[in-house]
Amino acid sequence: MTTSHQVAIEAVGLVKKYGATTALAGVDLTVPTGTVLGVLGPNGAGKTTAVRILGTLLQPDAGHATVGGYDVVREAGKVREIIGLTGQYASVDEDMSGRRNLAMIGRLLGYSRSQAKERADELLERFELVDAGDRIAKTYSGGMRRRLDLAASLVGHPSILYLDEPTTGLDPHARNGVWETVRDLVLDGTTVLLTTQYLEEADALADSLMVFDKGRVVASGRPAELKAQAGKQSLDVRPAEPAHLERVAAIVTEAVGARPSVDVVNTLVSVPVSDGTSMPVVVRRLDEAGIAVTELSLRLPSLDEVFLALTGHAAEERPADAVLEGAGR
Amino acid sequence: MSTAVIERPKTRPFAWVQQSLTLAWRNIVRIRQNPEALADVTFQPIIFLALFLFVFGGAISQGAGWRGYLPVLLPGLLVQTVVFATMGTGVGLNDDFAKGVFDRFRSLPIARISPLIGAVLGDAVRYSLSIIVLMASGFVLGFRFQNGIGNGLLGMLIVLLFALSMCWIWVWLGLKLKTAQGVQGIAFLVMFPLTFGSNIFVPADTLPGFLQAFVKISPITYLVDTERALMGGGALQKPLLITLAWMVGLVAIFAPLAIRAYRRRT
Repeated sequence: MTTSHQVAIEAVGLVKKYGATTALAGVDLTVPTGTVLGVLGPNGAGKTTAVRILGTLLQPDAGHATVGGYDVVREAGKVREIIGLTGQYASVDEDMSGRRNLAMIGRLLGYSRSQAKERADELLERFELVDAGDRIAKTYSGGMRRRLDLAASLVGHPSILYLDEPTTGLDPHARNGVWETVRDLVLDGTTVLLTTQYLEEADALADSLMVFDKGRVVASGRPAELKAQAGKQSLDVRPAEPAHLERVAAIVTEAVGARPSVDVVNTLVSVPVSDGTSMPVVVRRLDEAGIAVTELSLRLPSLDEVFLALTGHAAEERPADAVLEGAGR
Repeated sequence: MSTAVIERPKTRPFAWVQQSLTLAWRNIVRIRQNPEALADVTFQPIIFLALFLFVFGGAISQGAGWRGYLPVLLPGLLVQTVVFATMGTGVGLNDDFAKGVFDRFRSLPIARISPLIGAVLGDAVRYSLSIIVLMASGFVLGFRFQNGIGNGLLGMLIVLLFALSMCWIWVWLGLKLKTAQGVQGIAFLVMFPLTFGSNIFVPADTLPGFLQAFVKISPITYLVDTERALMGGGALQKPLLITLAWMVGLVAIFAPLAIRAYRRRT
């Protein structure tokens, strides 16, 4: 690794305007070395602009940033030596095979022909792309393509990795595979900046979170802190028999002192609570009434609820293909 | 996982040469994997040759027939074919940008100029192919170098070098304009008047006065005259010098513009 800085990425007051549109209106962020920062926000919140600046693809109109201790504008070349970019920020060549894409990047980084080939083989194996290695990337499935993107960003052993919505449009199996890879990289000491629209993904991978909205950071902190910031917990009870829904609702009303919402479709009774004191009462009453439940939980609000509470509007999701369409600009 | 990690090598001087060659190789690999993308430099020249030779040739040559027209037409058509092929460079670059491939290159610690040189060098293969296809078709139909094989080959080299100079216009526009369709639209708007408003298909003195004035300043005219002189015979020095001056001028103006556009494009 090039530096022993405790802070891998630091940005102060980043501003970027496109004509009358303000993409970033003064963003500060800090990512300690070896940690994962999750950047959340809807389309157009400024996430991509921020990462493009940190990836030296774009210069800020105001503010400054260092990556690995190097200034992203004045020492862009140094920054490029330690970073890896994926997906929307930097694509692979769809008209070449996976193997050739990786070998080409190796050659560009100065590997000899045989080293580049060896490195490509190594990455194809690691990302389970050996069989598809000689097919052109256009023919890859969504999951394979995402793995190739990730492999392409890792050719030069970056110590800092930018991941752009790495699992958008992937099925749960492929998604878990990408998550595992990211966790492995972090274990090896890689610093990761991850943008995502999936709150679940940020919750699963990130050490700390930032929520972007309209070019500003509207909240930041550890996932649990953000959840607590959004307020109340909720008590969920799921009876085994749908027929018991009303009786469960009555028990919860009595124990908590508030009328719960009853979700008939999901067979779920849910009520906001300020603490967990009513939980034992509910358990005892259910037991006395002889009602079996499949789920009884006191949970923190979901990150979707957090986002709504922080920004005053829901995190709209765009269709998966729109994410790919917007690439490169 | 292998145990020995392949370390990223240190940056060396002149690394940009190898980087440019790697990226030129990429363009050639792409051609091999997408042969249908070569239609503009393979079938198109053949169709144009057949069209002008057999359909218009009889009328244009006024009694000499298509056989009499071929020695005049082929050097001219060679220029048109290669000039048309240059716009593919701009379209391809624009496409690379739109797809985010250039962002990958720009995020790597490589020389800024390498992707542009790589694109131009890779396309030299396309230009060469179009030259070879057209000349081979001409030879099949009876065309012969009248001024020696050496001069004939020199003519083919000069038209290739002209293409490599002219393509910087399209590199620049390919980086400036938003979409590949936009590049193609402008390219046709420029290419048709430039190549048809010339001495490629008809003698310049048959054109109306205002068009003759345009033909006299067009670099196409002088390149065509150079080619006809090298492949058939005639005065060479003046058209060759003017052609070389145009080549230097095109590179001197459009290569810096292209590099600037590349740096600024986000």
